[in-house]
Amino acid sequence: MKPASFDYLRPATVADALAALAAGGDDARVIAGGQSLMPMLNMRLVQPRLLIDLGRLEELRSLRAEDGWLTVGAAVTQAEVLARPTLAREVPLLAAALPWVGHVQTRNRGTLCGSVAHADPSAETPLCLVASGGEVVLRNAKRRRTVPAADFFLGPLTTVKAADEIVESVRFPLARPGSGHAFREVSMRHGDFAITACAATVDGERASLAVGGVADRPTLRSWPLTAGGLPPDLDDALNAFAWDLGGDDDQHATARYRRDLVRRIGRTVLEEALSCRR
Amino acid sequence: MPPLTSRPPTTPVLAAETRHAVSVVLNGTPRTGHAHPRLLLSDFLRHELGAHGTRVGCEHGVCGACTVRLDGVAVRACLTLAVQADGRRIDTVEGLAAANQGRMTALQEAFRRHHALQCGFCTAGILMSLTDYLGRNPKPTEEELRDMLSGHLCRCTGYAGIVRAVMDVTGQAGGVPARGPAEGGHV
Ligand SMILES: Cc1cc2nc3c(=O)[nH]c(=O)nc-3n(C[C@H](O)[C@H](O)[C@H](O)COP(=O)(O)OP(=O)(O)OC[C@H]3O[C@@H](n4cnc5c(N)ncnc54)[C@H](O)[C@@H]3O)c2cc1C
Ligand code: FES
Ligand code: FES
Repeated sequence: MKPASFDYLRPATVADALAALAAGGDDARVIAGGQSLMPMLNMRLVQPRLLIDLGRLEELRSLRAEDGWLTVGAAVTQAEVLARPTLAREVPLLAAALPWVGHVQTRNRGTLCGSVAHADPSAETPLCLVASGGEVVLRNAKRRRTVPAADFFLGPLTTVKAADEIVESVRFPLARPGSGHAFREVSMRHGDFAITACAATVDGERASLAVGGVADRPTLRSWPLTAGGLPPDLDDALNAFAWDLGGDDDQHATARYRRDLVRRIGRTVLEEALSCRR
Repeated sequence: MPPLTSRPPTTPVLAAETRHAVSVVLNGTPRTGHAHPRLLLSDFLRHELGAHGTRVGCEHGVCGACTVRLDGVAVRACLTLAVQADGRRIDTVEGLAAANQGRMTALQEAFRRHHALQCGFCTAGILMSLTDYLGRNPKPTEEELRDMLSGHLCRCTGYAGIVRAVMDVTGQAGGVPARGPAEGGHV
């Protein structure tokens, strides 16, 4: 399994990368960590004429918490974010979910922005971005725009990102004081893609649950708290959510099993998030 | 955020049909070979530089056989292009003993003592992951270690010998005796 031929560009600046991407049109692709794209190239599922490498651009290496957001640039790896000592306080969902993204060896190269751009429906990073109310910063040669995560994903491997845009960074809101967060997933083996993944957030007023691996994109639903606790009709609410998510049978699990996981793990993570509010 | 600037690309594109010089520091020694942009680092190491210690299994990132250290960090060589490694340090299994006066390292010796390999196909990759990992986490718990090993497929050992070898070499052998020569087995 070897990739088909392509030209390779290691741009000196983001501007160079964007100009090449605009000129290359549909024949050009950016590569970040390569942990999803290289398998697709090796299997010749994609055959771009030009590969533009974002991986070593200093401009895309920002990783900082300010003004209420954790901003992660396109060249920052999953391992680098996971190694951030303050991550569990800043974005607890990411701290809980990133260890489930592949393996140590793939996290050493894979990026958060690459995972968001790739938009696998069961991927953990898009799920956390949707669950936390994050944003995607897109940039082409002419302008920059910011899209809420809830509007970014359209379906499997499909987003609102235009062909001439890159994901310059993703932004996660810093966890608010008094909020609680919990993440769980079920997969065939640790490091495999999730069959179903659930991320819950509970703050002073609302409980919300985001689910990956069932619908064609990560999906969020929230409910008001009742007397400071989870809604009394939570089982019904989760059941309705599970049916709305739908899901498909595949080689790993049936749609019915996936809905069952939503009902069960959904409740578990909501209870965990409620009880770990700080 | 950095300012938006619009400039034409200034860096040269490496053409698909040309073999480009790729210089790396392989196990401490500067080496140069040539690669089409599409050449995988795993193939560059084996076919261009003759470093056959690195194994190739699945070529889509799943098995871990091809794991090498790129600037010290364990990565899949089959998910890295040779041209991406230009100017960088690569460490492969050949370098372990070479940097240890030609003798196997303590980790390699522990693998031998504990029967942490049978066919050996997975071993080079696991050793390169471990040398990176143990540098950052010198005394992993068994759970942490098994999590790290989940990035490698071994079809022979069932991982038990590998876990024992690492627990031994990190001074945590407690209650997991070596099997093999100490019990009169064959080396
Ligand atoms: C063995 C293995 C197990 C894995 N398990 C999981 C898992 O459990 N969960 C999970 O979520 N992922 C998993 N992955 C995928 C991996 O985590 C990838 O890192 C991630 O999906 C993509 O990030 P990347 O930086 O590697 O992107 P790349 O592979 O470089 O790119 C992926 C796609 O996104 C595009 N792209 C990348 N960056 C940008 C950008 N900044 N702007 C615009 N487009 C961009 C590329 O053109 C390409 O189409 C696994 C991978 C492997 C090899
Ligand atoms: S050959 Fe690279 S991971 Fe299997
Ligand atoms: S020793 Fe044979 S695959 Fe691991």
